[in-house]
This record gives sequence, C-alpha cells and structure tokens, in this order.
Amino acid sequence: MNTPRLVQVREKVLKQNDLIARELRQRFREAKVLTVSLVSSPGAGKTTFLEKTLSLLRPQYRVAALVGDLATDNDAARLKRTEAPVRQIITGTVCHLEALMVERALEGWDLNNLDCLFIENVGNLVCPSSYDLGEELRLVLMSVTEGEDKPLKYPTIFNSADIAVITKIDLAAAVEFDADAAHRNIQSVRPGMKVLHVSSKTGEGLDEWMQLLKSKSSPS
Amino acid sequence: MHELSIALSIIEMATAEAERRGGAKVDGVYLKLGALSGVVKDALLFSYEIACEGTLLEGSRLLIEEVPVEVYCPVCQTEHALASILQFICPVCGSPTPQIVQGNELEVVALEIEE
Repeated sequence: MNTPRLVQVREKVLKQNDLIARELRQRFREAKVLTVSLVSSPGAGKTTFLEKTLSLLRPQYRVAALVGDLATDNDAARLKRTEAPVRQIITGTVCHLEALMVERALEGWDLNNLDCLFIENVGNLVCPSSYDLGEELRLVLMSVTEGEDKPLKYPTIFNSADIAVITKIDLAAAVEFDADAAHRNIQSVRPGMKVLHVSSKTGEGLDEWMQLLKSKSSPS
Repeated sequence: MHELSIALSIIEMATAEAERRGGAKVDGVYLKLGALSGVVKDALLFSYEIACEGTLLEGSRLLIEEVPVEVYCPVCQTEHALASILQFICPVCGSPTPQIVQGNELEVVALEIEE
C-alpha cells in the first residue's frame, strides 16, 4: 500500500498565458505600439466605439485592430470600413481571448508599422478578467442602458481594467441614468479609476478620449 | 464560464508533475484561489470532477483555499483584509485603497501523490 505524500508545487495555473502576455507586452513596447483592449458585456457598444476611434486616429496614426467573437466576423467587417487593418479572432466556444490567440492573430504583421493596436474582447464581463493579453491599457465599457450598478455586479473586471468608459450617453436622459451613482460605484470597486463619458453616435466625449490616447502614443 | 479550461490546466499541470515522479497517482490538488481571480469556486469544483475522468487524477480531490483580498492603506500604512470586494476602502480609517496586496491568486500550491 502506497502512502500519499504531500509535494509542494507552487505554480500559477495561468502561467503559460502570463508568460505569452509578458512577451507580447515586451514586443509592443519595443515596437512602440500602444496596445489597448476593450471589454464589456455584449451590446455595450465596443465595436461602434472602436469604429469611431479608428476613424479619428487615421491617417495620422497607424492603427490596427483584433476583434474577438464566438462565431461571426460581423464586427471585423464593420471595422474594415475604417480601412484600418482588422483581423477577426473566432474563439469558437471560448468565452474570452487568451494571450496565445492574440499572438497567433498578429502573425505576419510588422509591429514596427503600427502606432496603436486595439483588441476587442468577446462580449463578457466575467471570464476576460483572468487573462492578461499583454495590453498597456484595458478599457471596460458600460452603456447607460445597462444601469449604474454594473461595477458592483462585476467588480473583478472593473478591478482588472485601467479606464472605465460609459457609452451611449446620448440616451442617458431617456433611461434616467444616474451618472453620480455610476461614478460612486466605479470608485468603490476601483478607487482612482479614470472615467470617460462618450456617445459614439453624437461624438460627445470622444475628444477627451483622443487626447488621452494621444498623450500615451506618438505618430512616427 | 471559463472554469473548465482552468480545471484542464490544473490537471495538465498535476499530470506533468505526477509523470515526473514515475506516473504516480494523484489523490489531491491544493489550490489557492483569490477573491479577485475571476474564478468561481463551485463552478471550478464541478468542472474539475468531470475533467479528471480518465486521467491520473480521476477520483482526486481539489482542495481550495480561498484567499481574501488584502489592500495596503496609504493612510494607516498597514495592510488590511477587505470586508467586501465591492468596497475598496480601509476598514479602519475609510480611505480609498487601490493597492492590492493579495487576492489575485490562482495557483497550485501542493499535490498529494501516491508514490
């Protein structure tokens, strides 16, 4: 009869992902590419926000985007209208992007020809929080139609992000969105978090977003 | 729900370790799970049991130690456990506490192996 023995291991479960993410971050920094990822629930307006962002940055900045989706390439098709290089990552049944998917999707792209890379995650406020993608900035988007308590329902994703973007503010009055409550909730789960208010439809708030991006990146 | 892929990674890791020890059977896996890891304990336990079938870990137990969030309070200059991940404020002085000291853990710390 064998006696069980306790063996110390100490190994991070997501070690492989963290390792690839670290390598990606290094590559982005060396090539001076500002990499920004976007997470939100489905329908919060990530693609429209990204479409506007790409259009406003081009042609002064060399921009590109990777778009995660479970099954379709609809978002990539929409973003291609901006004439920026766009690649779709179809994850199949996987509900989030992982660093390896990003690494594979970048194959053949010369990062030295880019100033800004955007990575749109699969619409999901739970799973993406565990996976580092090598990005410099992580944006979490929430639309006014989702309610002010989104940060309290998904504190982990807000905690893993750098900037909160409240979208569809042109609808704020119609849905009686309480901006102060939303801010309180964001600051409660992530003290000091930068918050932007935008409407991709009217363009409100996009100036501040552009200034913020440009302060972190320079066209070459 | 990404707990199944997390469970598969744990099994892969434990299998590799067991094989290094001559294909020994694994009876238990000890895991540290931070409150901010983004992984749900019950979903992970459920996925683990299914994912273990047909592996060296079949019938093994996943022993999860839940790690609460600890933050550093810049005013008290001390570390405190947070009462809730919905309120990042110092439980003593009420100051905002963005600096996380622990709570992101998702790591295998030990294996119970039959040798």
